[in-house]
Amino acid sequence: MTTTTSAPSLADVTASDAALRRFLHGLPGVDQVGAEARAATLATRSIKTTAKRFALDLAIRMVDLTTLEGQDTPGKVRALCAKAQRPDPTDPSCPPVAAVCVYGDLVPVAVEALRGSGIRVAAVATAFPSGRAPLEVKLADVRAAVEAGAEEIDMVIDRGAFLAGRYLAVHDEIVAVKEACGDAHLKVILETGELATYDNVKRASWLAMLAGADFVKTSTGKVSPAATLPVALVMLEAARDFRDRTGRRVGVKVAGGIRAAKDAIRYLVIVNETCGDDWLTPDAFRFGASSLLNDLLMQREKTVTGRYAGPDHFTLD
Amino acid sequence: MSDRLSVRKTYKLFVGGAFPRSESGRSYEVRSADGRFLANAALASRKDARDAVVAARKAFPGWSGATAYNRGQVLYRVAEVLEGRRAQFVAELVDAEGLTPREAERVVDAAVDRWVWYAGWSDKLHQVRGSSNPVAGPYFDFSVPEPTGVVAVVAPASPLLGLVSVVAPVIVTGNTCVVVASERAPLPAITLAEVLATSDVPGGVVNVLTGRVAEIAPWLASHMDVNAIDLTGVGDPELATELEAAAAENLKRVVRPPEDEPDWAADPGLDRMTAFLEIKTVWHPVGT
Repeated sequence: MTTTTSAPSLADVTASDAALRRFLHGLPGVDQVGAEARAATLATRSIKTTAKRFALDLAIRMVDLTTLEGQDTPGKVRALCAKAQRPDPTDPSCPPVAAVCVYGDLVPVAVEALRGSGIRVAAVATAFPSGRAPLEVKLADVRAAVEAGAEEIDMVIDRGAFLAGRYLAVHDEIVAVKEACGDAHLKVILETGELATYDNVKRASWLAMLAGADFVKTSTGKVSPAATLPVALVMLEAARDFRDRTGRRVGVKVAGGIRAAKDAIRYLVIVNETCGDDWLTPDAFRFGASSLLNDLLMQREKTVTGRYAGPDHFTLD
Repeated sequence: MSDRLSVRKTYKLFVGGAFPRSESGRSYEVRSADGRFLANAALASRKDARDAVVAARKAFPGWSGATAYNRGQVLYRVAEVLEGRRAQFVAELVDAEGLTPREAERVVDAAVDRWVWYAGWSDKLHQVRGSSNPVAGPYFDFSVPEPTGVVAVVAPASPLLGLVSVVAPVIVTGNTCVVVASERAPLPAITLAEVLATSDVPGGVVNVLTGRVAEIAPWLASHMDVNAIDLTGVGDPELATELEAAAAENLKRVVRPPEDEPDWAADPGLDRMTAFLEIKTVWHPVGT
């Protein structure tokens, strides 16, 4: 069996800016029409009864319950942490969420509130959401969050450098942040709404995975469009290909604009169809969301009680 | 031009200011009082009811927050458009109820008058139902009526006058509603929806579903985001009892069905408006 040009070993592709560019631009292009059609087709899958029950509980377990506002207070974070542990206080069978995601300065509050619950504390860092700060500042941001007890760090990539084609700079920054994370999991936010094309999404995903990301994440939630089904499909395909090539599983997190349980289930269908059912775990797929959780709980209550639920019966946060 | 094809209408639902087909894709035949085929109407499913409640809830802050004067003006405008559709309503009532054209005209007139009458109450009901209350303390204490929220209405058999008589009192005070039209004669309800869509009523304030009461009403009665239910059009006493029990789950306000079909031409009184109000009492400190 002859291979055409032998694929470069992944260790070599990050050796220089030119090699990295050659590798990223050598990735097969994304068929935009095809990706959108595939995502749209999968979105029509009908998930009912027991499968829906399973999907709703799974989606709840995958939620990174998030509050990223300038007006966040310790009180609000504590309330969110309480909700994270018992999303539906009237139903003990309701699973807890995966993590609580806050700004770095509120990490100690979340760590204190979630002690012993098994729920992870995630912090956004590296001058979230724009990522416009000197590297030293970004690394200090990450170290502070990790020291305060964050187990997961959500960093943003330097989109300006990426779009200008300085891939190695982006790569090296992720490597540096990964090192600063220590044992904490690193989620790399690509901000796909600013990357313009699916090809760029695919390249950025590979770039982040090569640099050691544990998760690639679609968006900060501060830019529109945020997560979309085709973008998630492209990222999941990249993650699947990366696993096939290296054996390492990099998770995918979709964030921003996902408010309905129905949308969440559509993402789960795409995960299942793209990466297989062993990917249906909070270790490999997450939803970054705040209002999504209430809709998931409402749909869950509907499946339990048989009557439609009302938003008045769930906490506002 | 005698070989012109007639325009056959398939009626749709009215949800959130739009006219969607039923999510279920179903429809049913509507027949006249003497059994002629009139048109196909959408056969709403529970999911249409769910969507309608979402639309009504979304419309509630805007509609209840509008000034009473503004709501009154909007409802007067509806009466104007109703009047403009007079001939169509008359023809529909002749078909649906087997009335003579003269009788049908009287019913349509009564319906327009009823609408105007209720519209006038928008900025007057406060004076009648509100009060300032003498209390033993340094407080100015007053009570004001406020709309209940989303009201589900099972419309009575009387397809126009009955319908207007149950919908107008619900929305005039600022509630939004989901109406299940008369099962046998839904066409005037859809025409009323067309009237509402072309006047200034915000989308979602009135949502009209056509279909089987026994299929849709239980979902509305048990819905946790519906605040009140009007069972006037529920003919089957057993079903009415079931619906009342389901409505108790979140303490909905319930208007029970009357023993007999009421005389819709009679003076309606305030009961249908006050049934869907909450009284808010404020204790306001005053200086010594």
